[in-house]
Amino acid sequence: MSLLRDEDRIYTNLYGWDGADLKSAKKRGDWDKTASFIKKGRDWIIDEVKASGLRGRGGAGFPTGLKWSFMPKDSGKPHYLVINADESEPGTCKDRDILRNEPHKLIEGALLAGFAMGANAAYIYVRGEFFNEGSALWTAIHEAYDAGLLGKNAAKSGWDFDIVVHRGAGAYICGEETALIESIEGKKGQPRNKPPFPAMAGLYSCPTTVNNVETIASVPTILRRGGSWFAGLGRDEKNAGTKLFCISGHVNQPCNVEEIMGISMKELIEKHCGGVRGGWDNLLGVIPGGSSTPVLPKSVCDTVYMDFDSLKEAGSGLGTAGLIVMDKSTDIIYAIARLSYFYKHESCGQCTPCREGVGWLWRVMVRMVQGNATVDEIDMLWDVTKEIEGKTICALGDAAAWPIQGLIRHFRPEMEKRIMEYRKNAA
Amino acid sequence: MPKLTINDIEVEVEPGTSILQAAEQIGIEIPRFCYHDRLSVPANCRMCLVEVSPGPPKPAASCAMACGEGMVVKTDSDMVKQARKGVMEMLLINHPLDCPICDQGGECDLQDQAVAYGYDRSRYHENKRAVKDKELGPLVNTVMTRCINCTRCVRFAEEIAGTPVLGQFNRGEEAEIGTFIDQVVDTELSGNMVDICPVGALTSKPYQFKARSWELRKTDTIDVHDAVGCNIRVDARGREVMRVLPRLHEEINEEWINDRSRFSYDGLSKARLDRPYIRDEKTGVMSESSWDEAFAVIKSKLAKVKGSEIAGLAGDLVSVEEMYAFKDFLHGLGSKDMDCRTDGSMIDPRVRGGYVMNSGIEAIEEADAILLVGVNPRYEGTLVDTRIRKAVRENGAKVALVGEACDLTYRYEHVGDSPADLEKLAKARSGFAKILKDAKKPVMIVGSGAYARADGAAVQALCHAAAEKLKVVRKDWNGFNVLQNAASRVGGLDIGFVPAKEGRGLAHILAGTKDGSVKAMFLLGADEFNARAEIGWKCFTVYVGHHGDHGAERADVILPSAAYTEQDGLYVNAEGRPQLARAAVTPPGEARSGWSIFRALSAVLGKALSYDTLAQLREEMVKHYPHLELIDERGANEWAVFDSKAKVSGDVFALPVRNFYLTNAICRASDTMRKCVGAFHASEVLEAAE
Repeated sequence: MSLLRDEDRIYTNLYGWDGADLKSAKKRGDWDKTASFIKKGRDWIIDEVKASGLRGRGGAGFPTGLKWSFMPKDSGKPHYLVINADESEPGTCKDRDILRNEPHKLIEGALLAGFAMGANAAYIYVRGEFFNEGSALWTAIHEAYDAGLLGKNAAKSGWDFDIVVHRGAGAYICGEETALIESIEGKKGQPRNKPPFPAMAGLYSCPTTVNNVETIASVPTILRRGGSWFAGLGRDEKNAGTKLFCISGHVNQPCNVEEIMGISMKELIEKHCGGVRGGWDNLLGVIPGGSSTPVLPKSVCDTVYMDFDSLKEAGSGLGTAGLIVMDKSTDIIYAIARLSYFYKHESCGQCTPCREGVGWLWRVMVRMVQGNATVDEIDMLWDVTKEIEGKTICALGDAAAWPIQGLIRHFRPEMEKRIMEYRKNAA
Repeated sequence: MPKLTINDIEVEVEPGTSILQAAEQIGIEIPRFCYHDRLSVPANCRMCLVEVSPGPPKPAASCAMACGEGMVVKTDSDMVKQARKGVMEMLLINHPLDCPICDQGGECDLQDQAVAYGYDRSRYHENKRAVKDKELGPLVNTVMTRCINCTRCVRFAEEIAGTPVLGQFNRGEEAEIGTFIDQVVDTELSGNMVDICPVGALTSKPYQFKARSWELRKTDTIDVHDAVGCNIRVDARGREVMRVLPRLHEEINEEWINDRSRFSYDGLSKARLDRPYIRDEKTGVMSESSWDEAFAVIKSKLAKVKGSEIAGLAGDLVSVEEMYAFKDFLHGLGSKDMDCRTDGSMIDPRVRGGYVMNSGIEAIEEADAILLVGVNPRYEGTLVDTRIRKAVRENGAKVALVGEACDLTYRYEHVGDSPADLEKLAKARSGFAKILKDAKKPVMIVGSGAYARADGAAVQALCHAAAEKLKVVRKDWNGFNVLQNAASRVGGLDIGFVPAKEGRGLAHILAGTKDGSVKAMFLLGADEFNARAEIGWKCFTVYVGHHGDHGAERADVILPSAAYTEQDGLYVNAEGRPQLARAAVTPPGEARSGWSIFRALSAVLGKALSYDTLAQLREEMVKHYPHLELIDERGANEWAVFDSKAKVSGDVFALPVRNFYLTNAICRASDTMRKCVGAFHASEVLEAAE
């Protein structure tokens, strides 16, 4: 499979080599014929997005067009589009660059998506730590208002549309869609029970759709070039289009790059990041989709493709496509223990398994790092992750459980070795 | 009506029913901690997980998931059992497991469910979490390390009590329940948090380390601290009341009671009159005596007194039987001067619809417009207040108040403060008058204090006229309510414990003791007025009651009687519903039940009453007042408009209850209630001292 051709790139200013302002954005093709898409109607937009095969870029990979079609047609209530810019997943930094350098793609996408779901307002929830990015977004929104692209009769489309930027305060859990809604409402960011899903009762109990920044920012280009163009990219029609990959860790040139969905992991790392530090054979493992996806050992990384279904098959997930590459100098047990600490710190404390269990996991992991444990406890650890996974209100419980499951699945001998060494030294 | 299958049993339920409720309907128990019927559903404990198909291949919280057509639910599959075990284990890893020293032990949901659904040992070998205890006031004790963060107390404070002072702060493991800024939980309902707490995190402070639940003798009875007639359970050990708990009665108190009903019980064992006393005429000193001596003194004193010079007053806590025997006793002596309205109320006893709650308590939650007149329902009938709050929260009811402004737990419109303002409202065509007239179920609640004034009769006439004008009373709906605040009052008015024809009422009786026209006075638990100042010094006064309070202070002879926990008795609540209180313990010392004291004394005086047992008394009583036989039934009441030419004054409606925690003799003897005054009414205590 060939690499993404330059003319198929959506994010042509991902690195900020051009200006983020409206004039520069228009030069790159943003806000071109926006009104004409809206004139074609709600259903046309939703059908086009469905045809493109676009799947949510926030991690779960739910088909976007389908999600939009869940919004009721006539609810008698205001509809809301909420854009999740609370990008806090360790290893992920794609939305940050969109906010910095391509804010107009997001704003235009918000207008189109908002219209498609009958929303006259969008809330963009920006992560607290993204101060400069939030400011850049503000600037772009003001530009858009001044140019008549937002507000009454936005972009002369006949549709009124407003955007509100809401700043978070730095809680990871507020990236969960219902916790994010609670946070916008001014409450403590804790996930809600589902059902009811946000499409029925979301923000202020009104029909709401929560989408990731990248999802929304991809929409204008998809509409402009047609759903079939987007669907034609990628490995198959279920894993179509382009995707922003964020590669960090032990590679020679860590980077953010837009690539075709379904590129092989090895190719991605070799072509764009200058390869693994010390060569491919020095690779220990890769966490493929942000910290909550299970780690993959080198044997899997050799052949795996970077898309939703391939990674799921490999026992992990595409998640946010934030690759954390680890070479053989890595203490993999310590690395996962550090992630456990992160999840312990970020658990909201609402429901029992996560509140109590994540701390338990972390404490056992700390002992595993030293080897101060028994081999039985590895099984117990596995059991505890299973007690958390799928029992919680939101997916954070799963997210906390999976890295450890990945560790045990692929690096159990390493853990046992550590325990034996500790015992030998203690004896 | 969705039809679903739970454990192979098919069940059809109302739309919107949760799986947990549906399972309950067919007798399948699903364990839970955070779920409570009367509170919102957070689904955070995860104990009620069940397997639902169709659906994702993971268990779902049954408390939050509505039943759907064709659902197949399993509550006993391996997946469910495993999930419960997991949740139970998680709940226990940071729980201190200090059951042997925990007051909740024996009635703890966590204990019970750990036995039923948990592992038999822990796999957790790390350090446990400790949480700093919170100071919530003199009633609720906290051991926050035991807390499982179910947030029932948080939701109760916010939703039922209307005082959102509690919350869960911090995140993850460090999450804890508290007030954030240290403060007491200033609600009259705080004791209910102890009840709904599924673990030992919130326990009763006065009951702390006093008894274990399984060693207590439980008696179902009725509360008498206000006229709501809350159903309670009195738990006693030996002769001592150890605690008071609410009992479910959907039409009255649901499952709540206020803190005064719950925590004043220590007053039952303090300042008690446990034997007769006689005051030495020369020295004025009270000394203990025997019943015979006391009766002899009364006999010799009454020998020189005519029947028309004898009067009797009955207080707030006495039962209907006591008053009935008292009334018979006074009639036997030839007295016509008696009154049970010791708060000075001018309320007319002839029309029952004028002194009870015609709509009933439960119907208030359906009301869409509520007019309060001279009442602070929070203090005068806390469980009526919770219904008003429910109407406001769930029904969007509008509330207005004529009377002194007070701190209620819901928004209200303050339309005036005197009878004159009520008159104006009755004549108005817009504003709240229109809201009442347009309402489907309008309710008017008049406080007992509204009639306890010189122009009380005129105010009552005005209230009745206003109720007609504002269409609160309609052909098919009577929303006119008088909220009494004394447990004995409706019963007293029902049996006519009021001046007979040409008899004198409270004001004239008290004046008579000073001008010499009343020479002997019997007080039955009458502690509501300052007897020392109000009763002339020459008047021979006999006090029959259970506490050394205002009445006993003035008495020349004291005859000790039983309190509400020590004798069977009938109480008619503010809705006019007769209910039976039952003896939980025996009276202290030589104290006897009130009716038997009058029976014995009447024999000594040669006017023996016609009954020898409580059963005989009741039999005779229901012959005259048949509605008293219909226990727990609220009959229809007659209604009338009074023709009154008298003018009402512009004086502000005064509230009868200033200090919620010190309303009667039992409360005034209670240390706990004193502490509450310090904690919750601190500003008022300071004002009084200044």
